[in-house]
Amino acid sequence: MCSDDVDFSRSQGEATSHLPITTACSIGVVMASSNSFTLMADSDIKALTEALPGESFETTAFTTPPPLADATVAIVTTASLHHPDQDDFEVMDTGYRVLDDSRRDYVTGHWSPNFDGSGFAYDMNTVFPVDRLDELAERGVIGRVADQHLAYAGNQFDLSAIRMDSGPAGARFLRDQGVDVVLLTPV
Amino acid sequence: MSTLAHVFEAEGIATVALGSIRKQIEDSAPPRGLWCDFPLGRPLGKPGDPEFQHRVLDAAFALLNATEPVLAEFDEPIPDDGDEMLACPLPPRHDPDAHPAIDEARGLLAAYDRGVEMSDGRFSAGRVVPADDIPAAIEAFIRISEGTPWAEAGIPGLPMRVGHDIRSYYETAALAMVDHAPAAWASTRWFLDQTETGKVMMAARQAMQDQDAPQPMWFYLTPGDR
Repeated sequence: MCSDDVDFSRSQGEATSHLPITTACSIGVVMASSNSFTLMADSDIKALTEALPGESFETTAFTTPPPLADATVAIVTTASLHHPDQDDFEVMDTGYRVLDDSRRDYVTGHWSPNFDGSGFAYDMNTVFPVDRLDELAERGVIGRVADQHLAYAGNQFDLSAIRMDSGPAGARFLRDQGVDVVLLTPV
Repeated sequence: MSTLAHVFEAEGIATVALGSIRKQIEDSAPPRGLWCDFPLGRPLGKPGDPEFQHRVLDAAFALLNATEPVLAEFDEPIPDDGDEMLACPLPPRHDPDAHPAIDEARGLLAAYDRGVEMSDGRFSAGRVVPADDIPAAIEAFIRISEGTPWAEAGIPGLPMRVGHDIRSYYETAALAMVDHAPAAWASTRWFLDQTETGKVMMAARQAMQDQDAPQPMWFYLTPGDR
């Protein structure tokens, strides 16, 4: 369902342009017949990425955390999030941005067209669940939420720099903040 | 994502990795992985649904009790079959002398502004093209669709970046016209299949391909399966 009217007017300095409103907002979801549109499905896009080679690790490191109720938890996302006053992510940017838990002005710097951005736009917790972690901390499920989180860019063709350089650096940064557990979220 | 999981564990931090693509998370084998069959871009599943998001987090954090590497599957998949599209209204023609896509983009500026306000600009335009300049950016793609060589069309930046801002401009405007969380990809489908600018972008992409433009220049103008 939707709001009643669509106002296509916009104040432009002193002048305000008003376009005639002839269309009521009828936002909803329509079921498109398969022969009327060329629709894409999420599964099709996933299929395109399935064949991409990933990094392989000869051994799997495994760290045993303290009890969750005592643990400091951070989020590390590959959604290229950053604060507006930080540098945007470049294409193939292998660095990371430090995200302040006390702020909520997170924007995405991901360049790939192959993910839905509307979920994050509508609710940041869809990608970066800081509000949910706060609630878990209030309930005592987790010890505390870290003061800082990290964001990387996930659309990489060569992961060696992240594996050898910025990944370990980010981990050490969080470890120095007392982080015990990291939740990793992609887009 | 899984690479970071391996790296962070090696540095002494326990991790739980969410993954949306089964084969990827299986192949990369993070120490603790939770495959969530959700649309790409929505690793917590449902925007605006804290209870659902908590169920995902509960399942993820439960993996911290494992004593060896583990890959689990979240048991509430969210299928996307490509059959849902927003039915956003489009502004009526205002300037009959303007290309329909240009007129349309100008007419959506107010909705875009409201969408930015609602979403704090989380997925907005302006990374390379300010919102007020989006119509001019669209004009470059119109020229390509009409036969101008892509490198001479005046695209104000890398095509994929400019295309990103144009898509974000429309999807942010759409967000202002709904009062619910749109289904995944619904606003992208609306943009590409229902708007004049979407048609221009699809035509320009095809024209660039026909002009033998380097593949990254045209391929990333839309989601990859287009």
